[in-house]
Amino acid sequence: MATGQSQVAVQYDYDIIKKFAVMSLVWAVVGMAVGVYIASQLAWPVLNFDIPYITFGRFRPVHTSAVIFGFGGSALFATSYYVVQRTCQTRLWAPGLATFTFWGWQAVIVLAALSYMMGFSQGREYAEMEWPIDLLILFVWVAYLAVFLGTLMNRKQPHIYVANWFYLAFILATALLHVFNNLAMPVGLFSMKSYSLFSGAQDAMTQWWYGHNAVGFFLTAAFLGMMYYFVPKQAGRPIYSYRLSIVHFWALSFMYMWVGTHHLHWTAIPDWTSTLGATFSIMLLLPSWGGMINGIMTLSGAWDKLRTDPIMRFMIVALSFYGMSTFEGPLMSLKDVNALSHYTDWTVGHVHSGALGWVAMISFGALYHMIPRLWNTQLYSERLVNVHFWLATIGVLLYITAMWISGISQGLMWRAFDEYGNLQYSFVESVAAMHPFYVMRAIGGAFFLSGMLVMAYNCYMTIRQGVRSARLAPAQTRAAVA
Amino acid sequence: MFKFKHEALETNTGLLLVATMMAISVGGLVEIAPLFLIEDTMEKVEGVRPYTPLEQMGRDIYIREGCYTCHSQMVRPFRDEQLRYGHYSLAAESKYDHPFQWGSKRTGPDLARLGGKYSNEWHVQHLIAPRSVVPESVMPNYPWLMENRLNYADIGQRMRALRAVGVPYSINQEEYERNVKDFGPEMAAQFHIPNARESLVAQVRAGNYDGDPSYVSEMDALVAYLQVLGTMVDFSQIKPEELVKFR
Repeated sequence: MATGQSQVAVQYDYDIIKKFAVMSLVWAVVGMAVGVYIASQLAWPVLNFDIPYITFGRFRPVHTSAVIFGFGGSALFATSYYVVQRTCQTRLWAPGLATFTFWGWQAVIVLAALSYMMGFSQGREYAEMEWPIDLLILFVWVAYLAVFLGTLMNRKQPHIYVANWFYLAFILATALLHVFNNLAMPVGLFSMKSYSLFSGAQDAMTQWWYGHNAVGFFLTAAFLGMMYYFVPKQAGRPIYSYRLSIVHFWALSFMYMWVGTHHLHWTAIPDWTSTLGATFSIMLLLPSWGGMINGIMTLSGAWDKLRTDPIMRFMIVALSFYGMSTFEGPLMSLKDVNALSHYTDWTVGHVHSGALGWVAMISFGALYHMIPRLWNTQLYSERLVNVHFWLATIGVLLYITAMWISGISQGLMWRAFDEYGNLQYSFVESVAAMHPFYVMRAIGGAFFLSGMLVMAYNCYMTIRQGVRSARLAPAQTRAAVA
Repeated sequence: MFKFKHEALETNTGLLLVATMMAISVGGLVEIAPLFLIEDTMEKVEGVRPYTPLEQMGRDIYIREGCYTCHSQMVRPFRDEQLRYGHYSLAAESKYDHPFQWGSKRTGPDLARLGGKYSNEWHVQHLIAPRSVVPESVMPNYPWLMENRLNYADIGQRMRALRAVGVPYSINQEEYERNVKDFGPEMAAQFHIPNARESLVAQVRAGNYDGDPSYVSEMDALVAYLQVLGTMVDFSQIKPEELVKFR
């Protein structure tokens, strides 16, 4: 077995995957810690400490960039390089370029976080990076596309496995969105400040076309790619339906791009765009659930694994949250529901049921599956995976429950009238009423973060174990692993 | 007859790439491209003008501090919002906003019609220590706005960049005169890039936003910006039925 695994290490380029996997854990801890901190600032504003660099407004994009692009992005680089090599049975094309994507991407996250704290921001949600960082992202992304396509073209298999379609769609869509949403005029060659090319309504449309598809392709399609490899692998069974995967891949790719306008219901954009966005949002339920069903049903005939395998449990709960939040999303895109939910914490809760419940949990499953194989060892502790699972699950549930209650209360309080037809509540009364739920949310986040710390420890011990046994192994294996 | 098999896409990287690209391009093309072409995207209303140099510097501070993470600038056409904030926002009102700051979250109230609602003194006090005027507020304190001198050395460059993306700031006599015609002589002088620094200082002197006339603070700029929000259009002059067709 040991020799078999070490041959695998020769056959595939694992070094780059190891780097991304480790950084994914690091960014998860950092990004979630910042998240818990800013959540606490909303409950106890004294935590802003009158320090400009860590006020909520500057720190919030640090949180979103670190978890989406740092944790999520690194996990996607790691798993896509792993999946594309193993399903194409070939090494990465242009390993030098792949190494550039690693250092480039890490530089992007560090520079982005520092620049927000310094006060450099484009003021566009999830795209706050100023123009020099945007250029670096572009270079990294073109290199990523080249490595991925090159590896696909070198494949030893006639067919391109379905996971790779999703990864490819994610890479292409992200490139398209990034370029158009970040078109801006810098103030000067040596100035970090720039102004967006578009203004007002057009700018809003471009930004939410980007913003929702960052969710659609970065946080959904790509993680479906992850699901399509790691769920069948961990279950030891083939994917439930090949036909379903084709239908839902094309439907998802086509439909997601239409729905961004549901972020702009009732605003100063033409009504038809918003109606179109809502219509496609509702239709999108079908391909979303197609993916969920395909993933969960892969386990049919092996349901006992839910009891025995905590990694499998992560993946299946992730798919359940995916199903839940892709049902909630279309619901919130209905104009009448949106009139209540928009601008409230309900949106924040919805994002986190997707981001923590689906994206983070499927990544945890994939990383727990992949890390022991990368270092040619066994997982240090399955019991700790179980502990992590429960901490994470309780954390998400606390979080989204708090946000449902606070979001719906806000919406109702803002529109409440008294018997004389006057507004019943002043705005600040709604702020005061949210305090207990902001505390509850911070506690939920702390649960999730502590689970993450357990994972980081478990993975650290696994890697240490792998490195030690490689050192003790016969010379031949040592050479191969090195 | 030609019979399509999905296998063709699965076995050819190039075909898969092209087909995926086509699938993801349609939505954006259909929804966004027309907004740049259709006249109806934006109403024509009197009064909307670019920001003065001081207001623009204030807006840049608003973005620097990430105010949009908690405040929206987009009043929706509902009765409660009308009562709480004022007339619903028009697309034309943000036509010089690069980038737009409509926001997505109201941890604090909407700011689209904030201008003129509170005094300058209230804003200064509220920004330095929000809980001293609104005890339940969860907003951070911003004491440094008062301490920091406004760095407006590059205001000319900033306005040039904005001019390049379509804001009608003037760099020559001809453009200046066009602005006199469109916005009146007082505003046209403010929009003239060669005089930007002088105009900025003059507005601080005249407005005395932060209560301390001895220097130009970041507070001066931010308060000047907050005080102009939503005040450009005179809604007593607008007939609601004319706006309906833009919705």
